[in-house]
Amino acid sequence: MLSTSGGPDSAGQTGPVSADGLRELVRDFLASHDPASLPPLEFLRARFDAGLAAVHYPAGLGGFGLPRALQAVVEAEFAAARAPGNQPERIGIGLGMAAPTILAFGTEEQKARWIRPLWTGEEVWCQLFSEPGAGSDLAGLATRAVRHDEPAAADGADGTGRWVVNGQKVWTSMAHQARWGLLVARTDPDVPKHAGLTYFACDMTADGVEVRPLRQLTGEAEFNEVFLTGAVIPDQDRIGAVGEGWKVAQGTLMNERVSIGGTALPREGGMIGSAARSWREHPEWRTPGLHDRMLRLWADAEVARLASERLRQQLAVGHPGPEGSAAKLVFARLNQEITALEVEMSGADGLRYEDWSMRRPESVSFYGRDPGYRYLRARGNSIEGGTSEILRNIIAERVLGLPTEPRTDTRVPWKDLPR
Amino acid sequence: MSTSTHPAPSHDGAAHDGASVQPGRDLPDLLYGEAEEELRAAVRDLLQERSGWSDVLARTETSEPYDTGLWRVLAAEVGCAGLLIPESHGGAGASYREAAVVAEEAGRAVAPVPFLGSAVVATAAALSAGDEELLSGLAGATLTAALAVPFASKPGASPAPTVRVGPPQPGDPAGQARLTGAVSGVADALPASVLLVPADGVPAGLYAVEAGAPGLTVTPVVSLDQTRPLADLTLDSVPARPLASGPDADRAVSAALAAGAAMLACEQLGVAERCLEMTVAYLKERYQFARPVGSFQALKHRAADLWVAISQARAAARYAAACLAGDPDAPVAVALAKAACGDAATLAARECVQLHGGIGFTWEHPAHLYLKRATSTAIAFGTPDWHRASLARLAALPPAPAGPR
Repeated sequence: MLSTSGGPDSAGQTGPVSADGLRELVRDFLASHDPASLPPLEFLRARFDAGLAAVHYPAGLGGFGLPRALQAVVEAEFAAARAPGNQPERIGIGLGMAAPTILAFGTEEQKARWIRPLWTGEEVWCQLFSEPGAGSDLAGLATRAVRHDEPAAADGADGTGRWVVNGQKVWTSMAHQARWGLLVARTDPDVPKHAGLTYFACDMTADGVEVRPLRQLTGEAEFNEVFLTGAVIPDQDRIGAVGEGWKVAQGTLMNERVSIGGTALPREGGMIGSAARSWREHPEWRTPGLHDRMLRLWADAEVARLASERLRQQLAVGHPGPEGSAAKLVFARLNQEITALEVEMSGADGLRYEDWSMRRPESVSFYGRDPGYRYLRARGNSIEGGTSEILRNIIAERVLGLPTEPRTDTRVPWKDLPR
Repeated sequence: MSTSTHPAPSHDGAAHDGASVQPGRDLPDLLYGEAEEELRAAVRDLLQERSGWSDVLARTETSEPYDTGLWRVLAAEVGCAGLLIPESHGGAGASYREAAVVAEEAGRAVAPVPFLGSAVVATAAALSAGDEELLSGLAGATLTAALAVPFASKPGASPAPTVRVGPPQPGDPAGQARLTGAVSGVADALPASVLLVPADGVPAGLYAVEAGAPGLTVTPVVSLDQTRPLADLTLDSVPARPLASGPDADRAVSAALAAGAAMLACEQLGVAERCLEMTVAYLKERYQFARPVGSFQALKHRAADLWVAISQARAAARYAAACLAGDPDAPVAVALAKAACGDAATLAARECVQLHGGIGFTWEHPAHLYLKRATSTAIAFGTPDWHRASLARLAALPPAPAGPR
C-alpha cells in the first residue's frame, strides 16, 4: 500500500519502491500543489516534506531512502509539469558536499535543521577547508577552534559549549552568499595533525566572519578569503565527534572530486567542440603542425569522453573504480591543451581579451567565453580540487600500491611541525 | 635550389641542395661580453628600482599602461633608444647583441616600456630606409616610434597593407602623402609619437605619420597582455611623410620584423628565466607535509627540465642576435630563436603558475603577468609552429606531397 504522506505505511515499508509508485506520488502531489500558483519556495518546501526532493535522502528528510537512480523518474515528472526547481547549479556545494556530509555524520537534530533549507536553496553553503598554509597538505591546517564552556548569561543560553575560532580560509566560492560554511578547524594542536581536527557548520552571518573576494588571473573573483576572528560556533553546530574532523572531511572531499571529474556529454560536447568548430570555420588558420595537434586532441578528448562514460557506468552499478582519479587529471590536461591550441591558432584574435574588470560571478561559465578567458581559467583545472601532482601520487600509491614517500609529518604533534 | 632528390652527402652528412647548412663555418660568439653584462646590470638595476611587479600590475588598470617616465630614463639616460643607431646619427653604434640584453631584462621585468617597438622594430625600419630625421630623433630619444603592423604579423613576407595611399589635398606640401585605412592589434603604438605605416598605392611604401595627425585615431585594445596593450589604428586621409618606396619599403618592413622576432625571442628568454627563478625560490620556501615542496623529486625534475629548456633557448637567442647583422644564416637563426624561446617562455610561465599552486592562480601574484606576456609573445611575429614550418623551406625538409592519403 503506498503512503502519500511519505512516511512508513502500516506494513512498515518506507513508502514507494518502484518508478511507477513514484510517478503516482508525484502526480498526487502536483494535484494538491499547483506549481503555477504556489510561490516557488512554498512549493519546494512541500515537495521536500512529501519525500520527493531527493528520493535517496532518508524518509522524513526529503526522500524515501531509495536508490539514487530513481531520482530521474521524479525529476522527469516535475519537469513535465514545469514545476519550479531548486536551481542546483546555484547550490552545488550544499547539494554535493554539505548534504552528504550532514546525512552521514550529523545528528538527527542537525539534519532536521539543515537539510530542508539546504535543498530548497533557502540556505546556501560554502566550504571552509583550504588555507594559505594548507593547500595540498590540508590536514596541516591552522585555523584554531578553542572550546569555552561557560554559559552566556546575556542571551540566556544554557551551559552547552561553544567554540571560539580564529584563522583564515581561502578558495571559498559562494562565501559572500552563503548562510553556512563547512569548517574544518584544529581543536588539538598537541596531537598529530590528522587527529586534532574537528568539523563544524559555521554561521557565515555571525560576528567575526569576514569575507573578501579573491581576485584571480582571469580578472574576476569566483572565490573568496574568509577571515575568522573570534567567531563563536555553538557546540550544537559541530558535525561529528571532536577530533573526528579529518574523517568527516574525507567524506566531503570524495564527493567533491567525483563531481569535478565528469558529466555526460555528446561527442564534441566539451571544450574540444569549440576548437573543432573554429578549425572548420577558419581554413586560413590551419597549418600542418596545428592540424596534428587538433587531430591528436580530438582523439584524446573523444577517448576521455568514453572513459568518463565507463566511469559513470561503474558508479551506477555501485562499483566506483580507481579510474575517477584519472578523470580529473585527464580533463585538466585536455582543457589546458585545447584552450592553448585555440588561443594560438586564432593568432591576432588571441592577443585580445574580453574584459579584465573585477566581478564576482555566481557561477563559472567556461563555455561561450572567448578562448583567452578559457585558456587562463583552465590553468586552474590542474590546481583546484586536488592538484594534478597530488592525483598522480594517489594513483601511484593507492591504486598501484607503490611505496609512499617517507613521511615525517604524520606522527609528530602538529605544533612541532616545520611550516 | 637543386632539383635533385638525392643530394650527395658531404663527409659530415649534411645535404648540399641549397639548404642553409654551411659545414666548416665557425659559429659566432654565443657568450655575453663584458660590455653586454654592464649594460644588463644598468638596465636591471633601473627596472628593479622603478618597475617592480606590483607597480606593473597596478599600472595595467590605469589609463597610463606605459611608464613613459621610465622609458625616458631607459631611452635617454641609459641610452637604450639609440643602441642600434650608428654614432654618426647620434646613436651608440652598438649591435643586436647589446639590444638583446636589454630585451632580456625588459622581459624579466615585464616592463611596460616600448623598447621592442621603438628601439628595435621601428629603428630597424628607419635604419633600412636610411631616414636621417627619424634616426636622429630616435637616437636622441626625442621620438618614440612604432611600426604600424599587427603584432601577430609573420616575418619574411610583408603583411598585406591595409592602408592605401590616397590623393593629396589642396595645399598639401609637395612630397606629402595622404593615408587611409586601418591596422589592428599594433604593439607599442600607444606611447609612440611617430607611426611608421606601410601603405599600398602609388607609390607603395613606408610612411611616417605624427601621432597627433588629423584623421588618425589610436584606440587601445583590451589585450591579453596588459603590460604591452595593443592598439587599433584608423587613418582617414592622414598626412604622411614618405620614408621608402617599393622594394626598399618591403625591405625595411622585412628587416624590422626579423629584428622584432629575434629580439622578442630574447625578451622571452628573460621572461622564462624570471619564471624559473620565482618558481625555484617558492619551491624552497613553501612547506607542505612538513618539508619544502622542492624536496619532492617530481618537482625537482620539472624545475630541472625548465632549466634545460632555458639554457638551450639561450644559445638560440644568442645565435639570432649575432646573425641579425647580415649573416646569411639569419633567417634560420631567427626561426630557431623564436621557436625555442617562445616554447621555453610558455612552458616556464605555465609551470610557474602550476608549481606555485593556488597562489599562482591569483591576481595579486606576479605569475599571471608572465603567463600573459609569454602567451602573447608566442603569437607575436610568428608562433613557434609557424617558425618551425618556415624551416621546411630554410632547412630543405619539405612536407608530404599533396594528394590522396
